Amino acid sequence: ALVGVISFPPQNYPLYIRSIPTENELKFHYTVHTSLDVVDEKISAMGKALVDQRELYLGLLYPTEDYKVYGYVTNSKVKFVMVVDSSNTALRDNEIRSMFRKLHNSYTDIMCNPFYNPGDRIHSRAFDTMVNSMMMQVC
Amino acid sequence: GEDVIASERAAALCNACDLSGKSLFVLPHTDHLVGYIIRLENAFYEHAQTYYYTEIRRVKSHKEFLNKTTHQLLFVRHQFKIAFFSELKQDTQNALKNYRTAYNLVHELRAHETNMLEIKTMAGFINYKICRLCFQHNTPLDAIAQFRKHIDLCKKKIGSAELAFEHAAWMTKQFQAFGDLFDEAIKLGLTAIQTQNPGFYYQQAAYYAQERKQLASVLCNHDSSVIYPNPDPLETQTGVLDFYGQRPWRQGILSFDLSDPEKEKMGILSLQLKEKNVLHSELIITLLSNAVAQFKKYKCPRMKSHLMVQMGEEYYYATDYAKALKLLDYVMCEYRSEGWWTLLTSILTTALKCSYLMAQLKDYITYSLELLGRASTLKEDQKSRIEKNLIKVLMNESPDPEPDCDTAAVKASQKLWADRISLAGSNVFTIELQDFIPFVQCKAKFLAPSFHVDVPVQFDVYLRADCPHPIRFSKLCINFNNQDYNQYCVVEEAYQKSDILEQSSQGTMCLVPGKTRKFTFKFVAKTEDVGKKIEITSVDLILGSESGQCVILNWRGGGGDAASSQEALQAARSFRRRPKLPDNEVHWDSLAIQASTMIISRVPNISVQLRHEPPALTNEMYCLIVIVQSHEDTVAKDVKLTAGLKPGQDANLTQKTQVTLLGTDACDESFPALLPDIPVGDLQPGEKLEKPIYIRCGTVGARMFLVYVSYLINTVVEGKEILCKCHRDETVTIETVFPFDVAVKFVSTKLEHLDRVFADIPFLLMTDILSASPWPLTIVTSQLQLSASMTPVDQLESYVENVVLQTGESASECFCLRCPPVTNASGVATGCYIISWKRSSPVESVPVVSTVITLPHVIVESIPLHVNADLPSFGRVRESLPVRYHLQNKTNLVQDVEVSVEPSDAFMFSGLKQIRLRILPGTQQEMLYNFYPLMAGYQQLPSLHVNLLRFPNFTNQLLRQFIPTHIFVKPQGRQADDNSIAAA
Repeated sequence: ALVGVISFPPQNYPLYIRSIPTENELKFHYTVHTSLDVVDEKISAMGKALVDQRELYLGLLYPTEDYKVYGYVTNSKVKFVMVVDSSNTALRDNEIRSMFRKLHNSYTDIMCNPFYNPGDRIHSRAFDTMVNSMMMQVC
Repeated sequence: GEDVIASERAAALCNACDLSGKSLFVLPHTDHLVGYIIRLENAFYEHAQTYYYTEIRRVKSHKEFLNKTTHQLLFVRHQFKIAFFSELKQDTQNALKNYRTAYNLVHELRAHETNMLEIKTMAGFINYKICRLCFQHNTPLDAIAQFRKHIDLCKKKIGSAELAFEHAAWMTKQFQAFGDLFDEAIKLGLTAIQTQNPGFYYQQAAYYAQERKQLASVLCNHDSSVIYPNPDPLETQTGVLDFYGQRPWRQGILSFDLSDPEKEKMGILSLQLKEKNVLHSELIITLLSNAVAQFKKYKCPRMKSHLMVQMGEEYYYATDYAKALKLLDYVMCEYRSEGWWTLLTSILTTALKCSYLMAQLKDYITYSLELLGRASTLKEDQKSRIEKNLIKVLMNESPDPEPDCDTAAVKASQKLWADRISLAGSNVFTIELQDFIPFVQCKAKFLAPSFHVDVPVQFDVYLRADCPHPIRFSKLCINFNNQDYNQYCVVEEAYQKSDILEQSSQGTMCLVPGKTRKFTFKFVAKTEDVGKKIEITSVDLILGSESGQCVILNWRGGGGDAASSQEALQAARSFRRRPKLPDNEVHWDSLAIQASTMIISRVPNISVQLRHEPPALTNEMYCLIVIVQSHEDTVAKDVKLTAGLKPGQDANLTQKTQVTLLGTDACDESFPALLPDIPVGDLQPGEKLEKPIYIRCGTVGARMFLVYVSYLINTVVEGKEILCKCHRDETVTIETVFPFDVAVKFVSTKLEHLDRVFADIPFLLMTDILSASPWPLTIVTSQLQLSASMTPVDQLESYVENVVLQTGESASECFCLRCPPVTNASGVATGCYIISWKRSSPVESVPVVSTVITLPHVIVESIPLHVNADLPSFGRVRESLPVRYHLQNKTNLVQDVEVSVEPSDAFMFSGLKQIRLRILPGTQQEMLYNFYPLMAGYQQLPSLHVNLLRFPNFTNQLLRQFIPTHIFVKPQGRQADDNSIAAA
């Protein structure tokens, strides 16, 4: 299972949220929402000092019995969260990192679209395709 | 030791008890009691240590005879015993080591369905001990690692499928116990972090408790006819179990085969029936609330909210709807403010069920409002169902039950609803909308940021519904900060109850989904409100009617709800082109709330002009003529004029500026700087009025003057006659300059400049008035007021009376003065010079201004001898020229004076050429000479030299200041009867 999310500051509402399988969607949403606690804490711990050389990838946010939750935050404080099944041991940290990078690139493409209004929920076919391919890779 | 009897008695006691003397401890009732107690304690401690040591030895010796193949169970038992004794021996390191060995041995046991519970029970015990000791040793990471290992090993060991709930219960217990241990360690000083705190374990415990409940509901849903087996298979002969974790009906049986399947079945049934009576929700809620308390501590607000939602849901399942609503209501706003609509919708759906089951009208309506709104992610059919229910409630009917509710609960609630409805008279609810996202949106907008009082105030209220079906409302009213206007801004329509669902969009009071509806209001502002803000304090939309349920939807201010400000921001950022709409429709996003407007006074229809001749001159009565002309169609009543220095300037200016209406007299400091509200009377249409204002400026510089004309006039607005106050103001900046510069200098009688004067010797004071005014000035007169120490030598009359000075011209005067001797060396006040002047303007009545100029101080010096000369103003060649020098002794001493006269080429002279004489104090000596000029022209006189023997400082230089050095000699004139010609 995987959820790709972008939450937009400062309200932190979801711009995009997808999950496979879909039957337990609400639980995923809650998991993603609660993980923002840890993201917020990590961001505030990083401070303002090293904005340029900051690592965007936040790593494993917290483990639950069933899922691993990973976080990533852009310089403009847009947050990406991924939830992966705990049983999936094949995924390495590096792979997660590159997946986040892909997600970030794709998000940047959307932002570059002059017809996209920052803060609107994302409805983009290109983004959907990218997320789908990533989910296929994981599941 | 001293007391012989006591020691004898002690020995006797020891004998009787068969004790050695060393084992007797006496606790004397003295100050050293504590010391004795410690000694006793050490003795006990030593004994205990020895005891446990031997016990461990004993167990270890048993262990040596054990065999891995046949005594597997005993291995665990002995290892546990050794560990336990070590723990009691306070040897925690060894205890931990042995517990770990025991734990590994447990998992080496062959597990089977029949002994699974026993293995897990033992594993649980040992795990608990290990974790506890790890925390005690301050190695929390070891504790966590052990616990993770324990869970990973046991997670899949479910055991009997029919008793799966037992496994879930066991898992709950493991997590809860670990959470407790963790929490206890924290209380003893351990620091936990956001991602690793007891909360996670309580949360997981709660999760397994939920699973247990679920499993129990599946596995224990026996028919009520199934009765508890008799005899009770859970009963044992002793009432307790011989070994923990074994089944009571087959204690001590090690075989994996079930000897008695029937007995087994009965045992399982009894366990299942027992599980049925467990209050699962209570367990879950306790665990969740433990977790909430932890997450609150470790800065996890969202996790806390999530758990509170779960608690609320669990209360709902436990049919405690009131508590459920309380919790859900509490967290709802967090999800709302963060904009997680799916989560909000899910919470609202549960809340709606609770309020339905409790028949809480107001809550039911509130949640419905939001579930129908744009933030709700419900499907259209669900929304449609909720809207129909809402309309039913408004029409005073029972709503249909919410889906997925317990049937028994629904029955109970239907009765509640019926009661509530039969009871209903007129129920009026007010629901404040700004904190949530209702299905009706409202935006109120004044057409302008300000309105003149003689123009009607106009504003629009836009309404828009997001629900699936059109909805009617009965009344729309707007409330203002000035409540008098409320009555003008009401839209009301009476309609039949049955009309409420009518799908027509024709009615004015019907909101069609997705369409923006505009209501225009207009009212005449009150004249008292001029200069004030009119603000919409709230907008009320009334759903339902007085006869059924009446709901007042109340927006604070000019509308807007919890999500609208964010939407407005997004809309403002958007570049998207909006599709073209028909003329009478507007895009909702393009509307901005404008909830207040200013009432400003009517535009004045008069002109105010100022006529004056700048710049103003210091201290003059400067004339400013105000010309007011009415262009009104009717009479302007009660015209008032305010004129003077504009307030808000430098405070010093206020003191140095005076304004008056009377220009005939000069005014003094007591006059005000601003004349307020001078009544001028009425002004007929077209009438012109001139009013002179006189201003006196005491200092130079720029000043701003304000002329403000106000009047009252009747006008008609929207058929209503109102009395408006209008005003027009003009400001003007007037520069003030000095009218003239006055220069004063002291000169000697020879018109030479003096930097000091000599006592009793006359000198001249010269004044020079230089006009700096751009307008001609008339010097009316001037006056010299001498101080007491100065005396005039002749008459002090003005020489500049009625002189007119143009710009740059000057007028001079000269006065001859004398100063008696003074002791003061620093200088003597001369007095002052007063110039009376006025502008030479055509205006007759300009008052004369007196400008006083203080004259400079002068240094007065005394001299021992004064010499003055009497001689004619000119001489003539070869005509005798008598000169008389007067030498005056100005001291109290007899003076020896040496006088000599040096000859000059131009003169012959007779008289004493060199003499030495004495002059008595206060007297004078005359020296007479007869000069005989030889040449014409401006000639040097024979110079007089005076040498004072007592005053060597008295030089001839000084002398030159008093007596002339040259004289003009005219040539010899020709006379008609010239003797010399005749002689020739």
